[in-house]
Amino acid sequence: MRVLGIESSCDETGIAIYDTEKYLLVHRLYSQIELHSEYGGVVPELASRDHIQKILPLINQVLNQAQLTCLEIDAVAYTAGPGLAGALLVGASIGRSLAWALNIPSIAIHHMEGHLLSPLLEVNPPKFPFISLLISGGHTLLVEVLGIGRYTLLGESMDDAVGEVFDKIAKILGLNYPGGQLLANLAEKGRPNKYKFPRPMTNRPGLNFSFSGLKTFAMNTWRSCGQTEQDRADIALAFQTAAIETLVIKCRRALKQTKLHTLVVAGGVSANKALRTKLYSIPDIDIHYPRLSFCSDNGAMIAFAGAMRKVNSGGEMNLGFYVRPYWPINDLSPP
Amino acid sequence: MNILSLDTSTESCSAALLYQGEIFERISMTQRSHSDLILGLIDALFIESRATIAEIDVVAVGRGPGSFAGVRIGVGVTQGIAFARDIPVITISSLTAIAQGTIAESHANYISVAIDARMGEIYGANFQVVDGLAILLDKEQVCLPKKFKFIKRQEWLGVGTGWAKYKSTLTNNFAGQLKEVNAYCFPKASSIIELAHNEVKMGKLLSAEQALPVYLRNNVARKKGEG
Repeated sequence: MRVLGIESSCDETGIAIYDTEKYLLVHRLYSQIELHSEYGGVVPELASRDHIQKILPLINQVLNQAQLTCLEIDAVAYTAGPGLAGALLVGASIGRSLAWALNIPSIAIHHMEGHLLSPLLEVNPPKFPFISLLISGGHTLLVEVLGIGRYTLLGESMDDAVGEVFDKIAKILGLNYPGGQLLANLAEKGRPNKYKFPRPMTNRPGLNFSFSGLKTFAMNTWRSCGQTEQDRADIALAFQTAAIETLVIKCRRALKQTKLHTLVVAGGVSANKALRTKLYSIPDIDIHYPRLSFCSDNGAMIAFAGAMRKVNSGGEMNLGFYVRPYWPINDLSPP
Repeated sequence: MNILSLDTSTESCSAALLYQGEIFERISMTQRSHSDLILGLIDALFIESRATIAEIDVVAVGRGPGSFAGVRIGVGVTQGIAFARDIPVITISSLTAIAQGTIAESHANYISVAIDARMGEIYGANFQVVDGLAILLDKEQVCLPKKFKFIKRQEWLGVGTGWAKYKSTLTNNFAGQLKEVNAYCFPKASSIIELAHNEVKMGKLLSAEQALPVYLRNNVARKKGEG
């Protein structure tokens, strides 16, 4: 069975085809980063306008590359949420109508389920059950995963997502948008222990996060220092160390609490090298990541999630299509 | 020539089918449920007409201006269907569709369309009726109501929601040239079929991926340093 995946929840258009016999056939990604950088952040209306220009050309490229016609597709999976309503609606409109006109099922996919399952696309995939840490510019979630659609939310950010705080502190330090990755690079030049940032919500029980206080801390630290290039790197390192240590502490707690030994880390921030190094220090666990190109948003994870759900159900034949900009992951049920 | 058409650019959501010379149409008024409704309306047309999607030669769509999200739902659905069936697309202005929809009843020769564009503006355009078709006289614009004027001394029919919201300003602009106002007019998929027929004759067929929205309002965000 071949599933076409369409991702358009934010500022990347991702298209892929997953074949349940031959695994991932092809994937293509178009990033809008350049479009939004002039505005210092994602402009939802511009994101939507770009998606409707990019989705079909990318589908065309993916089909050509796989040497398939759309008549050889068995189902269409599209991201239905969470994300930007207008951007989601573009992928949903095209995905749902494409499936309708081909008389095949479509599957509305939860974006974070896509990320959560993305390490299963790799060789040596993790086995259920596991703990999943999902970290990106929009989300910070700790989830207990028993199987497809069997998710228990253990903890989440009470305010900003961790990736968002990377970007915002980068902005405070005068780095270009989106600065999260630049900040991580800069941290490599920082001197350890020059500054000490708090580890929010680690000295009390629980698995929730709060990162927005680190922004204020970074702002105050930046204002009261000499603002040299070295200060910038020192602050970047101090923040990154605090954020990472906080994430690792909560992961250890989640693993201990659930008595599980497998950790899956996905989402844009999972590409962070310092985080990966720190996570490897947790003893007696297996850690799984998606490949670097699938850490951020992509169509492959949507096609894959669609295939996993389709194998076990008929997909939706409802004619209406909906998007859910806010969609808690524990609302999902098994296919 | 069998044509499927749809429009979701305003608070009216409609689909029509020209099949073996007969027109079938479904219209539903809605504020925000276009995505919930449109494929159901289209599906109902196929059931009623007993046509199959494989028999459709062209998909025609109202490509805006109108609600940004609404326009993208219509164009997105059109792209999906046309791509899946490998058939061409005709894109029609939703303002032209409104004008076209009033011809049969009003017998007007000059039609001025204005719809509410929010932010104190309207989407507007002026049309002349030639051989039963609404032909654009000037250009479509997004502008303040006070800047939207007639362009020929004629008896104009004013149509569209803009004529209700900015009634006094617009009737003032058209003083002495206005025959009638009918604000409660929306783009209809059947009007799009009438217009699309002519566009097909003129060879204005697009591929699915060339079918794109026209928003008119393009300054939707401020760049860094633009205040």
